[in-house]
Amino acid sequence: MEKRRLSLIHNAYIVFLKDLHVEFRSRYAVNAIFLFAITTLTAISFSIGPIRLRSEILSPLLWIILFFSSMSGLAHIFVREEEQQTADTLRLLTTPNSIFLGKWFFNVILLFSLEVLIVPVYLAMMGVQVNSPGSFLLIIIIGSIGIASVATLIAAIISQASAKGALLAVLSFPISLPVLISGIHGTQLAMDGSTFAETLSDLQILFSFSIVIITLSLLLFEFIWRK
Amino acid sequence: MILDKSWWKYLLGLWMLLVILGAFLYAPPAKGLGETARIIFFHVPTAWLASLAFLISAVGSLQYLRTQEKKYDIWAYSAAQIGLIFAILATVTGSIWAKKIWQSFWNWDPRETSIFILLLIYAAYFALRSAIDIEEQKAKLSAVYSIIAFVTVPFFIFIIPRVYESLHPDPLINPEGEIKMDTRMLQVFINSLLSFTLLFFWMLRLKIETMKIYLKLDQSVSK
Amino acid sequence: MWCVEATEISQKFNRRRIFEAISFKISGGQSLAITGPNGSGKTTLIKIICQLLRPTSGKLLIRNEERIIHPHQIYPYVGLVGPYLQLYNNLSALENYTFFARIRGLTVDIQHFKQLMVRLGLQGREFDELRTYSSGMLQRMKYVVAIMHQPRILILDEPTANLDEDGSEIIYGIMEDQKKENILIIATNEPEEVKFGEETVVLNP
Repeated sequence: MEKRRLSLIHNAYIVFLKDLHVEFRSRYAVNAIFLFAITTLTAISFSIGPIRLRSEILSPLLWIILFFSSMSGLAHIFVREEEQQTADTLRLLTTPNSIFLGKWFFNVILLFSLEVLIVPVYLAMMGVQVNSPGSFLLIIIIGSIGIASVATLIAAIISQASAKGALLAVLSFPISLPVLISGIHGTQLAMDGSTFAETLSDLQILFSFSIVIITLSLLLFEFIWRK
Repeated sequence: MILDKSWWKYLLGLWMLLVILGAFLYAPPAKGLGETARIIFFHVPTAWLASLAFLISAVGSLQYLRTQEKKYDIWAYSAAQIGLIFAILATVTGSIWAKKIWQSFWNWDPRETSIFILLLIYAAYFALRSAIDIEEQKAKLSAVYSIIAFVTVPFFIFIIPRVYESLHPDPLINPEGEIKMDTRMLQVFINSLLSFTLLFFWMLRLKIETMKIYLKLDQSVSK
Repeated sequence: MWCVEATEISQKFNRRRIFEAISFKISGGQSLAITGPNGSGKTTLIKIICQLLRPTSGKLLIRNEERIIHPHQIYPYVGLVGPYLQLYNNLSALENYTFFARIRGLTVDIQHFKQLMVRLGLQGREFDELRTYSSGMLQRMKYVVAIMHQPRILILDEPTANLDEDGSEIIYGIMEDQKKENILIIATNEPEEVKFGEETVVLNP
């Protein structure tokens, strides 16, 4: 029993490393997600111009950028395997959950690396003042795990469909709403300057949602992955 | 079986006719909301049934994943179809009511938000189904999605009120909460709820039986 | 003794019946050839044997002695080569080998890798990305990763696709080796290759 559990994480890590390696060579998903985020941010900043916005608007704008950037880049990890016909190869190498966890981790890292760039740029370009940086950071981190988890699960589903394009956003949006709503609300509070206690309820929802989605994914992924 | 007789359908028709008449002639106008409250007899049942359909679809999906039997996929799909119809009806009736009371068709009031999310989920479900060609994959993947969507529902119960609060810091009168129903209103309301539910199950059963016939036809052709 | 046991397998896609009531039992040291015209379902049957696909009806079991091996445990024991199974073209041959070794829980043995590359006639190309390979070289590379872990069950769908005479000779050598103690299953249209199978399954469209 012990040996099998270790091998789940171990194999997931190997899948992650492989995906990182392949992505490093082709940079497809990285390009998609970064370019989308930068383009959207530029468009927003340009259109708003010098007008200073309130946190009630700045918060949703940030999450819109993050969500739709995720939609551009996070499906690649599964779609690529199917399109390049390496999916069956992978199916014969290790258990479904190892594959899922490896790819989930990839998407989380991908989204985090986007945010390392785009969030500071956003704050600078839009002239945002974050009065509770600790809460702000925590909300973004846990919320991103939520978005990446939903996107990974839905990406697995649509990689088996034919017309993949818009499907990821259409399917992910209703499921991601708890993350978006709590994330937007919490981020706004953090921008205005709130105590940790005030953002706690949002954090609780974000955290429990991520746990639920990841657990559900581990239960359901085998059904998705096996034909 | 008693359901195979057709006399109850005529009874249902008569019952609903009475409900409609009762809604407009028998029940008194509600305090504070006046005649507009009559829509409650049609709006609330459709909303409740749209949600019930979602539950039935999710259960059918779960059973399909467990047993791989096609009939459960038919369940899930049919319930989603009927559910979508009722969800659209609920959204439209609710929106009309909102216009009359709050002078705007859409407000992101908690209930409006929840029915809208339900609409989105149904739409996504059908979008997914239409994007898959292979029957077994179609059934399996849409079943998985249905379950995922269902599991997020408890979260909505917590967050949706928050959406409203952040948009409307001074909540307007929430009609369902404020009405203490007059006995006659209550009578018509209960009757409406029950007759609509019966109508829903009739539609659902019809749809399922039709899909089963299609299935049998396909199976005999492929032999 | 390992064995692959198929009982009354049939497969339908949408409404089309692909094949029905296929049964066989192959043990270590034996080989099976699956043959039939194009579109008769050879690849489908291969996928069912690998447990990549679940049959519409019937059962496919892989056993070691009397113990049934669960689908989640067969990974170290199966090797598959087929036209629909690609490797990671952005990575080099060595990087592919390393990935396959680590995920199968094997030590990364560079010497072993070099030996395999020599055997498959790919010496000197160890560090090149697979997208620079020709189709014949890719086919050979698939063999490198399919036999590196000495699988109990080697399954080859169109063993010599894209290969010239020299390449085919190498593959026939691999097939002979596999037949000695382990299970070999091939799907092919070439009459010379069908002879490799002691048992044959003929699929009719």
